[in-house]
Amino acid sequence: MSINWYKYASPASFYFLAGKMIWYFSIAAAVLLIAGLYIGFFVAPTDFQQGEAYRIIFIHVPVAWMSMFLYVVMAFWAGIGLAFNTRLSSMVATAIAPTGAMFTFLALWTGAWWGKPMWGAWWVWDARLTSELILLFLYIGFMSLQAAIDDPRRADKAGAIIALVGVVNIPIIYFSVQWWNTLHQGASVSITQSPKMATAMLAGMLIMSLAAWMYSIAMILKRTRAIILERERHTTWVAELKGTKR
Amino acid sequence: MLIWVIRRDLLLAMRRQADVLTTLFFFIIVVSLFPLGVGPEMNTLRIMAPGIVWVAALLASMLSLGRMFSNDYLDGTLEQILLSPTSLSLLVLGKMFSHWLITGVPLVLMAPVLGIQYDLPFSALAVLTLSLLLGTPILSLIGAIGAALTLGLRGGGVLVSLLVLPLYIPVLIFGAGAVEASVAGLGFDAHFSLLGAFLLVSLVFAPWATAASLRISME
Repeated sequence: MSINWYKYASPASFYFLAGKMIWYFSIAAAVLLIAGLYIGFFVAPTDFQQGEAYRIIFIHVPVAWMSMFLYVVMAFWAGIGLAFNTRLSSMVATAIAPTGAMFTFLALWTGAWWGKPMWGAWWVWDARLTSELILLFLYIGFMSLQAAIDDPRRADKAGAIIALVGVVNIPIIYFSVQWWNTLHQGASVSITQSPKMATAMLAGMLIMSLAAWMYSIAMILKRTRAIILERERHTTWVAELKGTKR
Repeated sequence: MLIWVIRRDLLLAMRRQADVLTTLFFFIIVVSLFPLGVGPEMNTLRIMAPGIVWVAALLASMLSLGRMFSNDYLDGTLEQILLSPTSLSLLVLGKMFSHWLITGVPLVLMAPVLGIQYDLPFSALAVLTLSLLLGTPILSLIGAIGAALTLGLRGGGVLVSLLVLPLYIPVLIFGAGAVEASVAGLGFDAHFSLLGAFLLVSLVFAPWATAASLRISME
């Protein structure tokens, strides 16, 4: 069995596919969020060193992962859109930016709430915090560049270049705790080593990450649909949609 | 062709010397504002000097980015440059180099004088000048990408700062860090190596990215 992937590269067919898929991802996000929060706040044991305050890890870490991951995905789709001139890829990249910026902001904000009880400061200028802040600036730069350009195709391509240039920052954030001697603790979870935390903590964190992932997909699909409608408003298939008025 | 672009830009700059001097005086004024704002306490100023000089250099270099392509864009020269059979990346590299000669080099030459105002020791002055010499070309190289992307846009001047300043941050950290390390009596080789690495990477990729941005902006 082979699926014709090119069919869904067309905004018109993607619009209907996304419309169906949003529900599955939204429900998955809600279920995983409730399960993750329950494990995080009621099942997971208290940390022997950091006490109860460590529980913000269940929001902070997934959110920070998503903030970096979404930037890479955004740059990937923007790059595909630039290289192959596919409209849908650029629309997806544009749709990812606000969600990514929100996760970056949340990561900084929850980090401040964690930092106050642990380090005694809301903010310190160490490498990981600073590079995460740069990531927020990169998202904002991408969005404001696209907003300043009236021609959507030029906005897509210009945004793609700035997104691809900014990708340099992602490995810097990820490895900053290893490269520099920082206050921010090193990674607690890694693929190559066994995790340095209790199973319940790890499960809570991974479930919360999946929830963040599902939420992002649902949001991005929804925003992409809105962008498709906006850009394709002069086409016949949009005019034939139920409930739209010219 | 590379030489032609550099000569032409330098000639244009010589005809409009006010533009070159404005950038330099902006740099001097910004650096001079800090003692007035923070207070003339020499011990504090000596610690802050590398950061202040570097931030002022970043801002001065960024302010002059608008002129890199906009005049050529307005009088149609840029369109002719795009049509030329010579590689666009090479021509863009020439424009970056002349931008550095016009705005970067005066800053490098002025930096020791401003460092003396802040009572930096002589060894630190040398490190400051060298770090600027190594770092200001990176600012021109990266800045050109932002200048090309915002060409002919509404509010391009503010937008270019939003795009370019986050990318300048690593240069600022290691440029100022080199001077701070030298003041503290530590080795500054690592900072210089990293600045050199940034320079080489941006030398390879920035002309190419800028050429692509110019093509998008001129479509």
